[in-house]
Amino acid sequence: MTDGVGDNRAIWARLAGLTPARIGLGRAGSGLPTRAVLRFGLDHAQARDAVHAPLEAAALAGRIADLGFPTLTVASQAPDRATYLRRPDLGRRLAAEDRVALQGEADGADLAVVVADGLSARAVHENAAPVLAAFGTHAGKAGWTLAPVVIARQARVALGDDIGQALGVRAVAVLIGERPGLSSPDSLGIYLTVGPRPGRSDAERNCISNVRSAGLAPDLAAFKLAWLLARALSLGLTGVTLKDESDRALAARGPARPLPDADGTSD
Amino acid sequence: MAYRHVVGPRTHAFADLATLMAKATPVRSGDRLAGIAAGSAEENAAARWCLAEVPLAEILARPLIPYEADDVTRLILDTHDAAAFAEISHLTVGDFREFLLTAAPETLARIAPGITPEIAAAVSKIMRNQDLISVARKCRVVTRFRNTIGLPGTLAVRLQPNHPTDDAQGITAAILDGLAYGCGDAVIGINPASDSVQAIGDLLQLLDAVIQRHAIPTQACVLTHVTTTLAAMERGLPVDLVFQSIAGTEKANASFGVTLSMLKEAHAAASALKRGTIGDNCMYFETGQGSALSADAHHGIDQQTLEARAYAVARPFRPLLVNTVVGFIGPEYLYDGKEIIRAGLEDHFCGKLMGVPLGVDVCYTNHAEADQDDMDTLLTLLGAAGCTYIMGVPGADDVMLNYQSTSFHDSLYLREVLGLRRAPEFEAWLHGLGLTDGAGALIQGAETPLLSSAPGLAA
Repeated sequence: MTDGVGDNRAIWARLAGLTPARIGLGRAGSGLPTRAVLRFGLDHAQARDAVHAPLEAAALAGRIADLGFPTLTVASQAPDRATYLRRPDLGRRLAAEDRVALQGEADGADLAVVVADGLSARAVHENAAPVLAAFGTHAGKAGWTLAPVVIARQARVALGDDIGQALGVRAVAVLIGERPGLSSPDSLGIYLTVGPRPGRSDAERNCISNVRSAGLAPDLAAFKLAWLLARALSLGLTGVTLKDESDRALAARGPARPLPDADGTSD
Repeated sequence: MAYRHVVGPRTHAFADLATLMAKATPVRSGDRLAGIAAGSAEENAAARWCLAEVPLAEILARPLIPYEADDVTRLILDTHDAAAFAEISHLTVGDFREFLLTAAPETLARIAPGITPEIAAAVSKIMRNQDLISVARKCRVVTRFRNTIGLPGTLAVRLQPNHPTDDAQGITAAILDGLAYGCGDAVIGINPASDSVQAIGDLLQLLDAVIQRHAIPTQACVLTHVTTTLAAMERGLPVDLVFQSIAGTEKANASFGVTLSMLKEAHAAASALKRGTIGDNCMYFETGQGSALSADAHHGIDQQTLEARAYAVARPFRPLLVNTVVGFIGPEYLYDGKEIIRAGLEDHFCGKLMGVPLGVDVCYTNHAEADQDDMDTLLTLLGAAGCTYIMGVPGADDVMLNYQSTSFHDSLYLREVLGLRRAPEFEAWLHGLGLTDGAGALIQGAETPLLSSAPGLAA
């Protein structure tokens, strides 16, 4: 038990199990213990590597097709990773030939889902298909029409505006790899925008962040996306004026959301 | 009006003040991305010579964005203190640098309301890092809510106990960890994963309960959009500080979904709650170079000048805390450790010169060319510069926002090497609890009172 006054070490170990944050590390003087310094260095190395890993578009398209969604693959105007990192403007614009191809598919659907590499292809590889699988059920119940799922390379969030406009959809949801964290190289973000067109500002989007197995579970993220989309389509807007109150619907629907993995990243 | 500077056989011409200031800025990736950076090292140096000869009165007379076109420009000019400016109105930018290096702290405090962001930015561009440090160190900006922040020889820490799903127990555990390292005097501030009023309310109540249970002389904040905080106040939830991200142009603020009138409304609502015990500074703003360009709202102005304009947005609200999140935005704006370090010192200097209580989130992302060594360097320089506060993130790894900031340990390091104390009320609280000795140093294993008073959590 941990009620002994002198047994702080056990209490810290217990507290550390409640969060993936790096707590209870101890100290050496004012500094970190050696093990914590080395652990940090290794995690930083892995996150750096995640930024530069390429999107496996063909394999991803196969998995999404297996879920019953037709797919298209496009690229932004950023030709490579080095350019992508320095030139976000190029990552927000569709390659010209891909815009023409998407315009050929335009059929006025309610929603286009874009699966984009962003800053972590790993996040997309691990989480995009589970979100789509769960979201498909909600979309079916709501009767929404969906454009083909667009897989996008070297993409920023706003590429969805260009894609959504080319496809002529009412709304676009961009599933994109977030900047890798030291403890979360696998985090997916979802950005919903009604009336997509180039020039939309970030205040006109709703965001669901930290979608991953140890964060917001993919099926809960899909529920939130469906909740937001239903309101967005009926109100005709997204952004700061559309408040995410899906937690209430979730609480009414069933048990509270689960705690994150108790072991977190501590070892 | 065009500006010129002759270097040997070449004449460098700059079409207007915005161009001149952009070309004079130490080169960084964001200004290159905007297509406004100096094209050569010589052009960069020539622009600084030229800028040094520009009278401060001329900068005041030539708004970079027209008065009619931008509410931030209107705010800057409508609130400008001409009497305070009179003392420096005869100086050029180059003279002003020397004036600042010579000035006493009282002089800097007296002229602060007369300094526009464009004047602060202009002089910073011809200053070396050591100039930015030595002048900022002389600026005194003191604010109060439940403790006193910004006294000479002190450094405060925002305890940042973020959790990827806003889990109450996880957040509480991180708060206890931070308190045990003597952090949290600036604010205990959570970046929430959710923006629902329901979830924000739960976090506000959690923070209020922790502060009350331990009788901590500090303040709480949940860093959500100002409209959400307004909604929370309408529901009677315990709001100490109103948070908002702000930028230096009307259009950039619009991209954040925020207007000056919204900020006024929120400031009035939070003031009316009277939750501060020793002061009424109840606003908390965050900024960062590159946000205006990111929102396509930069008007051809360099990102460092626009950042200083964000401090002009903050200033009339007499904020408790303002911090630049210097390396958060990514390598397209600040490419590497060198650019992040320079920007952190510039931002801190400009804010302090304008009389704003500037802290710095010393940070970087995993797609920037930077690492912990760069952060140690910037942290140490900012400590020397008298930075108001830094972030305290467990192990420097923010598991919600996915970036690396400064840790609880980093604050201990800085206190040790520079002899910096905490906010006095907070330090007295730590000492009363037995966590620190009379000099403010942590006592090993003394955090027991903190832990034993959270039995439900630790059991």
